[in-house]
Amino acid sequence: MAELWGNAVFQVAFWAILKVGIILFVMLTVVSYLILAERKVCGHIQARTGPNRVGPFGLLQPLADVGKLLFKEEFIPADANKVIFHIAPMLAVFPAIVTLSIIPFGPPPMFQVTDIQVGVLLFLAMSSLGVYAITLGGWASNNKYALLGGLRSSAQMISYELAMGLSIIPVILEASSMSLNHIVDAQAGPLQLYGLTVPFLPNWMLFKPHLMLPFVIFTITMFAETNRAPFDLPEAEGELVAGFHIEYSSMKWALFFLGEYMNMLVISSIAITLYLGGWRGFGPEKFGIIWYTLKLAAFIFFFMWVRWTYPRLRYDQLMNLGWKILLPAAVVNVLIAGIVVYWRAHA
Amino acid sequence: MVPYLFLGFAAMLVATALMVVLHKNPVTSALFLVLAFCSLAGIYLLMHAEFLGMVQIIVYAGAIMVLFLFVIMYLNLKHDIETGVQTAVRRGLGWGLGALLLLTSGTLLTRGWSMGPVLAELPAQGEGNAAAIGKVLYSRYLFPFEITSILLLVAMVGAIVIAKGRKGPEGEGA
Repeated sequence: MAELWGNAVFQVAFWAILKVGIILFVMLTVVSYLILAERKVCGHIQARTGPNRVGPFGLLQPLADVGKLLFKEEFIPADANKVIFHIAPMLAVFPAIVTLSIIPFGPPPMFQVTDIQVGVLLFLAMSSLGVYAITLGGWASNNKYALLGGLRSSAQMISYELAMGLSIIPVILEASSMSLNHIVDAQAGPLQLYGLTVPFLPNWMLFKPHLMLPFVIFTITMFAETNRAPFDLPEAEGELVAGFHIEYSSMKWALFFLGEYMNMLVISSIAITLYLGGWRGFGPEKFGIIWYTLKLAAFIFFFMWVRWTYPRLRYDQLMNLGWKILLPAAVVNVLIAGIVVYWRAHA
Repeated sequence: MVPYLFLGFAAMLVATALMVVLHKNPVTSALFLVLAFCSLAGIYLLMHAEFLGMVQIIVYAGAIMVLFLFVIMYLNLKHDIETGVQTAVRRGLGWGLGALLLLTSGTLLTRGWSMGPVLAELPAQGEGNAAAIGKVLYSRYLFPFEITSILLLVAMVGAIVIAKGRKGPEGEGA
């Protein structure tokens, strides 16, 4: 045993697997309570109290929900493509879980599974794979509404992915690295603005004028990538009944929801890491995870707030916003950020 | 560790590539192609080409294959009737190209895998291969890079012209 423990590869693998286990367990718990939080937030926004019958303040509601879903009958349409019908819900969860492995939850190396040099690219790669779940789920169900939902979703995600990728480039230029750790490190200390030091404000990317618009673009595309309102056209219960998951029931349906909430957590974490200083905040570094949790909670609340406040976009409005406003704005911003970074390096 | 991982990825690559060709359902074939791209990305990662591996997933698995799937899913391929002549031409082409591929790989094997010019200087440790690729791409290979972007621009303009042309004489575009 001691011999095995001395092996460096074994040690790395052991710690990585342990961290992965802890993160998965914590995230799954968080997701089940996010659903309760969503219903509570929705309730209070609509001037009612939300679920409060199961346990104190409704805190045991997630258990009741999961129990109900587990025992529900599972239904598979007769003409469905069975294999793909089964695979699609898994694909909804998988990209989000893979991305969790590169997020710095606190000061590294303790609070991060691994840091890779192309962390931002891994995030983009995984979010581009997220299209498959909804497209395949919609297609394999052999249902017209589901097919329309899947079709809309893929068009939407492909369109907004471009603007999202372009809105990340200014941050990469500013930090001159694609590793999430380096990006967090570049946001340490008080705000540095074009050679001036601004006291009382942290050096977050968000506070730099040439990075403010990319943050806004990233936030908008975030909603589109997670298929949340006001960009929830793939579901659009008014016109498509339930969109791509109309034929799914029981735990398969739950997996789609798990995927949506996991995606929310992951994409908020990425937004925090890229623009809001990651786990950095006031006080000693070991409080990093507390700051991270606070920022994440604020972001998730923002997600829910928007969902229950804004109406859904029309399809042509969605495409106009994506292609004619967000994409050109993001391209211009890449140019501006490039000029700023070049000027700073050569002035 | 790395050789075993390589064997795993390589076996997956070969198996999925075979399934692409052998499976009857075109959608399943396309999905196996996605898996093949992902195993190729794994092999890139094992060769410390992280940038290339990730771009492989973003571009091929995430963008190109989604469009492929679109075409396969929404154009009904079941009723695509092929005449005997088409099948014969396709078979002939397949045999010819296969023989060519076999010939080239055979020649390569006899020459002991000499793969042509290899970049002499490896990127410095810690610099990351994104930086290395960027430097080479914008200095030594600038001309091919620009040519490729012009090609893509031409394809894009072509696609827009074709899409606009369907509107007829009353449409805003020609």
